[in-house]
Amino acid sequence: MSRAPTLSQDPGSPLRLLPVGEEPGGDVSVTGLGEQELRELYRLMALTRRADLESTALQRQGELAVYPPLIGQEAAQVGSAFALGSDDWIFPSYRELGAAVVRGVDLGEYLHFYRATWHGGTYDANEHRFGYVSVPVGSQILHAVGYALGSKLDRKPVVSLVYFGDGATSEGDFHEGCNFAAVFKAPVVFFCQNNQWAISVPVSEQTVAPIWRKAEAYGFPGVQVDGNDVLAVYVATKEAADRARADGVPTLIEAVTYRMGPHSTADDASRYRPAGEAERWKGLDPLDRYRAWLSSAGLADEAFLQQIDEEAGAFAAKLRADVIGSGPRPVEEMFEWVFAGDLPPHLARQREEALGFASDRSEEDGGADG
Amino acid sequence: MAAPMAEITMVKALNQALRDSLADDPRSLVLGEDVGRLGGVFRVTDGLQAEFGTERVFDTPLAEAAIAGVSLGLALAGWHPVAEMQFDGFSYPALDQVISHIAKYRYRSRGRQSAPLVIRIPFAGGIGAAEHHSESPETYYAHTAGLKVVAPSGAVDAYHLLRASIADPDPVIFLEPKSRYWAKEEGTLDGNGALPIGRARVVREGADCTVVTYGAMVAKSLAAADVASEQGTEVEVLDLRSLVPMDLEALASSVRKTGRAVVVHEAPMTLGVGAEVVARIVEDCFDYLEAPVLRVTGYDTPYPPATIERHYLPGIERILAAIDRVVGY
Repeated sequence: MSRAPTLSQDPGSPLRLLPVGEEPGGDVSVTGLGEQELRELYRLMALTRRADLESTALQRQGELAVYPPLIGQEAAQVGSAFALGSDDWIFPSYRELGAAVVRGVDLGEYLHFYRATWHGGTYDANEHRFGYVSVPVGSQILHAVGYALGSKLDRKPVVSLVYFGDGATSEGDFHEGCNFAAVFKAPVVFFCQNNQWAISVPVSEQTVAPIWRKAEAYGFPGVQVDGNDVLAVYVATKEAADRARADGVPTLIEAVTYRMGPHSTADDASRYRPAGEAERWKGLDPLDRYRAWLSSAGLADEAFLQQIDEEAGAFAAKLRADVIGSGPRPVEEMFEWVFAGDLPPHLARQREEALGFASDRSEEDGGADG
Repeated sequence: MAAPMAEITMVKALNQALRDSLADDPRSLVLGEDVGRLGGVFRVTDGLQAEFGTERVFDTPLAEAAIAGVSLGLALAGWHPVAEMQFDGFSYPALDQVISHIAKYRYRSRGRQSAPLVIRIPFAGGIGAAEHHSESPETYYAHTAGLKVVAPSGAVDAYHLLRASIADPDPVIFLEPKSRYWAKEEGTLDGNGALPIGRARVVREGADCTVVTYGAMVAKSLAAADVASEQGTEVEVLDLRSLVPMDLEALASSVRKTGRAVVVHEAPMTLGVGAEVVARIVEDCFDYLEAPVLRVTGYDTPYPPATIERHYLPGIERILAAIDRVVGY
């Protein structure tokens, strides 16, 4: 019960399909993916890498208020999101730009959150089945459980997948969500990106038991997977989603990965990260590993790689243009969507005041104080 | 055809409101601790699971944050959950979900998603209970933008307001004054008399002073008004019924008429609902005021042990003293 039937492994040796160093890889045919899809995974990871780097650069240039880089976690995000059906829901935390890329979310709209122009971004979560950024650590886990329970009550074959980090496993919402899902047989995939650090606290000081083994306490399978191996992540997630869909059995996946950047652009990782650690993980870079395997398997030649590189460049350029081209929302929107329908009297009065001052302010802004 | 008038309690009225909503709205759900098999510790959900089944009415694990967060997830999936927090003092683990997500979902999503759910909380004291079972948390919720906060004082209002809350497109914190759960009231529970959220009610007319109150303190204020009347002072009692949105028009209209006001609630005084009511009166009725506006409230102490709670809760004598002060000013 504690482990997935086909993914059993010893602690400390997570599921892996791609070779690493001298260790050979596993049987990639278990992915069931065709050549097109195998190449598509690379494309999505490459777009994610470039969009992530561009977002960090935009923050450094003052175009974003803050940004949490995901560099190093592309395989974990792309492999897992790619394994879901198009009707399945994704509940992200705040570092899942890669999963947003898989879901086709417009990144200019997504980055409104980090440009501080709108809390949820401006994309339509319903259209992409990709929820809004959730900042309070682990809090979105419960929403995924509720959504999964709701789809089960509707007899819909819809699974929800929730992303969270190693730090979130210390939150009560993680425990409550896992327990609740198990009791109700809610079709959820709990996807933990263990990127080794919760801001400055290493996972060894966050929790003692291996994360994947916590599943046993709730009575559903736990899986540890090489989070920098996009194919292993894909297989683990696909199996978990299939099991959730068929039997209402949740799965806890621990994707062992590494946050190659800081927690956010406001962080200085050099204050706590041991020297040399990031360099060691650089040898496990998920894009490098997958590119090497694709090439050795004869699935990616120079022309393909160059074409992807060009597309990623254009993708990042569009993101940059969209971000820079977007301004603050009109002040009226501060009062929109607090409630449905007409504003209640107390808010109507406040809106009137704000708009009155805002029009005064815009005149001032045009003047010397601008 | 209107149902015949009968003696009903708030527990019975709330039970009927849940039953009628479950029957009328196939997307509505009832969930919480002990709400299924047991019918709730106050029996508000009595018989509902037997009638509507375990998919519409279900017990949850003992996890208040999950009850709130899962209710939001259910709402995102198109359901209309009515969640019960067993007691006021046990509702706090859910505050992060309520404040960080439930209250903000419509806003964050630019109206594309919302949280049409109700969280019912038996609240306030006066029932001789142990610690954590008598608290008045309304300010925490009323101070959180995006939530509606409703607190009925009697059975018929409770029926209509709970039905309106379940039908509301936004999240509603529904506070049930547990000391009034078993008080009997003459009335009918049917579709007639539907009551929107946000309307106060003058429950007793009077020309000399307005007492503004809600929940269990409405009955107490009415009792005080009767005594005042014997002494020649006619008190108007305004039952707010909804704390958010507050019926500012009804409030101003009554205070402009009487020129005097006292606010009564069980919750502690400092930064309580009374502070808001007084501020609104000053803003909207200053030129009509004949006296300072006073508050009669619980004290700024932790809720005391039940054997001395009568000294904490506003009583008739304290309310009368405040009325005397403003009338004699």
